[in-house]
Amino acid sequence: MSVINTENLVKTYVSGTNEVHALRGINLQIEKGELVAIMGTSGSGKSTLMNLLGCLDVPTSGSYQLDDVRVEGLDRNALAAIRNQKIGFVFQGFNLLPRTSALENVELPMLYDRSGKKRDTKALAASALERVGLGNRAEHQPSELSGGQQQRVAIARALVTEPALILADEPTGNLDTRTSMEVMALFQELNEQGITIVLVTHEPDIAVYAKRIVEVRDGRIRRDEPVKNRRIAARDLAAYHEEEAA
Amino acid sequence: MKTKTLVRVATQSIQKNKMRAALTMLGIIIGVAAVIVMVAVGYGARTRIREQINNLGTNMIVITPGAAQSSGVSQGAQAFPNLSIKDVDKIRGESQLVSAVSPVIVSRAVLIGPSGNWRTQINGVDVDYQTIRDWQTSTGDFFSSDDVRSNRKVIVLGNTVAQNLFPNQDPTGAEIQIRNSVYKVAGVLATKGQSASGTDADDVVLMPYTTASTTLSGRTFIPQILASTSNESDIPAAQDEIRTLLRESHKIQGDDDFTVKNQADLAAAAESSTKVMTLLLAAIASISLLVGGIGIMNIMLVSVTERTREIGIRMAIGARGGDVLTQFLVESVVMGIAGGLIGLIIGVAGAKILGHFTGWETAISPVMMLISVGFSGAVGVFFGFYPARKAAALNPIEALRYE
Repeated sequence: MSVINTENLVKTYVSGTNEVHALRGINLQIEKGELVAIMGTSGSGKSTLMNLLGCLDVPTSGSYQLDDVRVEGLDRNALAAIRNQKIGFVFQGFNLLPRTSALENVELPMLYDRSGKKRDTKALAASALERVGLGNRAEHQPSELSGGQQQRVAIARALVTEPALILADEPTGNLDTRTSMEVMALFQELNEQGITIVLVTHEPDIAVYAKRIVEVRDGRIRRDEPVKNRRIAARDLAAYHEEEAA
Repeated sequence: MKTKTLVRVATQSIQKNKMRAALTMLGIIIGVAAVIVMVAVGYGARTRIREQINNLGTNMIVITPGAAQSSGVSQGAQAFPNLSIKDVDKIRGESQLVSAVSPVIVSRAVLIGPSGNWRTQINGVDVDYQTIRDWQTSTGDFFSSDDVRSNRKVIVLGNTVAQNLFPNQDPTGAEIQIRNSVYKVAGVLATKGQSASGTDADDVVLMPYTTASTTLSGRTFIPQILASTSNESDIPAAQDEIRTLLRESHKIQGDDDFTVKNQADLAAAAESSTKVMTLLLAAIASISLLVGGIGIMNIMLVSVTERTREIGIRMAIGARGGDVLTQFLVESVVMGIAGGLIGLIIGVAGAKILGHFTGWETAISPVMMLISVGFSGAVGVFFGFYPARKAAALNPIEALRYE
């Protein structure tokens, strides 16, 4: 079953008389349990693709099916509900609420849930923090956490609603090499547990941790292939530590 | 989001910016406090005036010479010396409803007692005056009808006069000299307190109007006639009756050359002027509430801009426009109501303090409290709506990218 299925996805921005063709027809299928890196230089259209896949925007034409729900043509409120239920976002700038504890940040998506599910949001948030190894940092505010820890809080927030898809936009962009490897190790671990993850990145070093690379250029997919010589982040991290020690 | 969560989120974000929130609320606080104090003072003034007018006597009708209007021109009361003792006698003799009537001849003179002098107002009245004003003596007696008929030089002292001329002793039976004549003190009146105009009602002496007219004023016209009925419900009919009798006695075809008023008219006139005053004060105070509301709007607009990224995050993880709108609206309403409550406390305290230092009676009604707090909440909704709608209309992609 496809988590993502797009057919001839087109996005054109009109500013005045100028038409900018950001996406010129994207056909992309991503299956459950995949770990895909979407690559591309700036201006390639990868951010537009990411906005469409994340239901933050709607396509000009073409269709997009996310976890069996047709997304095109939905209104703002319906899109908000889909983001809430089916997608977990991880951003480059972490995007946690300032002066709000890690636990409350992770709890936030559940507060916007309208499905009427009865659940202990505090306990779920705490267990999501446990999953990313921050069980003991629940009451810390973002400013009291390192960049890597903040990103892990953001991942916990993405995980907590058990979404069909985790969408990570340059998740290691603001992190140093070691922390980047830690975050990628976490993504690989979560992927091993069956979670579908789409990474948007321009760093080849990061893309090699994915299982599949989709390269976007000029609004079209130029390359879509499995990663040869796929690397395991946990192993790289161990090697990095040994190097440091020596 | 649940209401509880919304209120918690709103109070948290207010707490995160304590100083700013306090300054924003200051406008509302000052506005509500000002409204409360102004209305309390005005209400207190009205209560006091009503009490004082009731204090004048029960069921009292006041007849003064001079028409309220003559050929469309308002005339000052007492402009014409056209009330006489004949009018008093006619009312007493022919009126069915009037149960007591008395002329009032006012003059001022120095009273010379055994141990000092005192300048005061002298009212020459008939025995019915006691009934009309509902004014008992505390010691001694009022003068009698016989005293009035015989122009006897007897006098009844107001409490203030008695205190000043005869400190710590009973003046009954003592003698007082006024303008070369000697008067015998018949009694002392009970304390009345302040009069409607704010002067001391007890700083007065009473004597038979016949005596006053012959020995003090030397005039025969009467500046004021007081009358009363046994029942309050008879007052309007009694007024009409008096008017008919006086028109007859004055042989009038056109406008009245006298004015008949009752206590309710006096009370209404005094109350309406204080009511206007209270409204005016409250209106001025409401302007500061309005300014406070604009302050809230200003800060909420700044807050929306400042928290664009936060709004983006919330939207990305599933907040709808409505959720964001409610969040900001609740925030401004919480600020409005909190400011209203603080203003209420300060206003009540301020009214109490003002009442304590000025001696004015202040009264605060619970309805007024509810209205002012409710109104500040409404100010929060009204002025918070535009910024909140602006926040709700943000595009999540742009909001997330906002630096």
